[in-house]
Amino acid sequence: MTEQGFSRFSYKLAGLLAGAVLLACGFIANIRWGFTSVNWSDTIAALFHYDETSMNQVIVKLTRLPRALIAAAVGASLAVAGVIMQAITRNPLASPSILGINSGAALGVVLGVTALAIQSQSTLVWFAFGGAAIAAATVYGLSALGYEGMTPMRIVLAGAAMSALFMSATQGLLVRNQSSLQDVLFWLAGSIAGRPLELLVTVIPYMAVSWLGAWLLSRHLNVLAAGEETAVGVGMRTSLVKLVGGLCIVLLAGSSVAVAGPIGFIGIVIPHVARYLAGLDHRWLIPYSAVLGATLLLLADLAARFVIPPQELPVGVMTAAVGTPFFIYIARRGKVKA
Amino acid sequence: MIRSAGWFAALSGALIAFSVIYIAFGDMSIPVERVVQALFGEGLAEETLVVRELRAPRLVVAVLTGASLAVAGAILQGVFRNPLAAPDLVGITGGAAAAAASFLTFRSAAVSIGWLPAAAMCGAGFVSMLIYLFAWKKGVAPSRLILVGIGIGALTGAYTKALLVFGNEYTAADAYLWLTGTIYASSWKHVLMLAPWTVVFLLLAVYQGRNMNVLALTDDSAISVGNNVGRSRFTLIVISVGLAGSAVAIGGVIGFVGLIGPHIARRLVGPGAHKLIPMAAICGSLIVVAADFVARTAFLPYDLPVGVFTAGVGAPFFIYLLYRSRKR
Repeated sequence: MTEQGFSRFSYKLAGLLAGAVLLACGFIANIRWGFTSVNWSDTIAALFHYDETSMNQVIVKLTRLPRALIAAAVGASLAVAGVIMQAITRNPLASPSILGINSGAALGVVLGVTALAIQSQSTLVWFAFGGAAIAAATVYGLSALGYEGMTPMRIVLAGAAMSALFMSATQGLLVRNQSSLQDVLFWLAGSIAGRPLELLVTVIPYMAVSWLGAWLLSRHLNVLAAGEETAVGVGMRTSLVKLVGGLCIVLLAGSSVAVAGPIGFIGIVIPHVARYLAGLDHRWLIPYSAVLGATLLLLADLAARFVIPPQELPVGVMTAAVGTPFFIYIARRGKVKA
Repeated sequence: MIRSAGWFAALSGALIAFSVIYIAFGDMSIPVERVVQALFGEGLAEETLVVRELRAPRLVVAVLTGASLAVAGAILQGVFRNPLAAPDLVGITGGAAAAAASFLTFRSAAVSIGWLPAAAMCGAGFVSMLIYLFAWKKGVAPSRLILVGIGIGALTGAYTKALLVFGNEYTAADAYLWLTGTIYASSWKHVLMLAPWTVVFLLLAVYQGRNMNVLALTDDSAISVGNNVGRSRFTLIVISVGLAGSAVAIGGVIGFVGLIGPHIARRLVGPGAHKLIPMAAICGSLIVVAADFVARTAFLPYDLPVGVFTAGVGAPFFIYLLYRSRKR
């Protein structure tokens, strides 16, 4: 295992702090700029001494602040889910969107809304978890067939097939229920615009538990990433680690999708960037990924407001535009075993 | 030889039988003996209308799209020597869908809707060129090609979704249906739009069959029997793109037909292109006709997109293929 990125503890900590500063800047920028221009004094006033008679402050406080909070939480969750997936499957292309976990969760939500007419968000989250779990179990089942048998490339293909299956089932359900199609379409493309803060409040406990769980699991992920044989050799119960890791993935991806729809590519891009900066130790990788993922989604959401004003692109389209070249780069680099 | 002739007879018979069932049953069921009368316009006025204007064109579109997609898949699997290649997986259908959606959104009134298949083909061609280019690294390894295809597929999918979100509500719902793969409300107009392309490209595919057989060998042996490998591969890919693109323009993204159709055909008649291509066409038609029959009748009064059912069968089948072909 070669050490890459910042080598010493203090450097790594400094890097993480720099990332946090970047995150704060992204956060401020996200609530400062948009279709309605809001000046600095209103932005700051809305945060610290809110005046509900000022239109601009109302926009910042009630529209942009929840949105930025959602972007940060979802971005962090997707990135962390990606790190765990890449460690468990030892596959540089693994991520919640590529392996179909996001579309599984989306199918769960759409099933709950259309077929069972469920309104309560806290119930719908469980549908998202259910869908994500089915997708994750499929991928896990396939990878359990053995590293030599199911190469990373094959798992990616299986994920693409599952994804196609979930998406067409989602579409089939939506065809029966066209009244709210336009809203659902925006959510299905991956969007954090106009989502109420209560949604985030519903899922944040699951997210927080999984972030913490992932970090506590990081030593085990280090061993697992070195190889199944090594892990078994040092006496690790690999299936237990994979199970807990899988649970974190399901909770993270499920809550993200329930809030913001299936947003792709964060989970694949960020772990690579984080690995480049922080090296291979998951104790650092996980916080780095969380911070960077949150920053990326905040910035992508900001950019999505300026592509075709006055309308906004769904942020999932932005992340796909950024992520596809990156995905191709990884696929070309040839570390993916066919 | 006799065995494959038998399979041809059996599957053609099944296709014909299914076509009759397809036309006879549905929202309004018509006794089989009256179907023929209705086809020739001699039955009850209402039945004649249903048969001639609603079900018959839809059946023809199902047959044409199924045949196109399956042959497109058969060609890709042969050219890349990879049983997992299919137009939907390597991003060709995604490109066609993106181009068709752009055409529908940005078309000015001066441009005839009849150019839709051509637009979709251009999109499919452009995207497959991109994929080929990005997968190029001292030659094109099939695995890299498929991975790049998945990546580009995600991008075209995002683009198409963005178009849908900004289309007006009515178009969005329609376009969304179409993206799932649906041949609902097909009319003779659609048949006329699609049929010339399908016929021309299918004939070309059969004509190019010899080259396909040669490409199934290694590159070196193909060259040593005097084949210009680069050119044959290019021609075959163009045919495949044309077939898949025109099918997507009319039927939307009917997934996995391009994967399952050729597989079944190869099981039945072996890998020789002169038998494989016609057989793949029959199998593909049969799959889409059967799937659309279920989609149309199983959940009455809902007429569901046929793509939901092809994916429902196709995705598990694909994963089974992955599992079976793993290295042990």
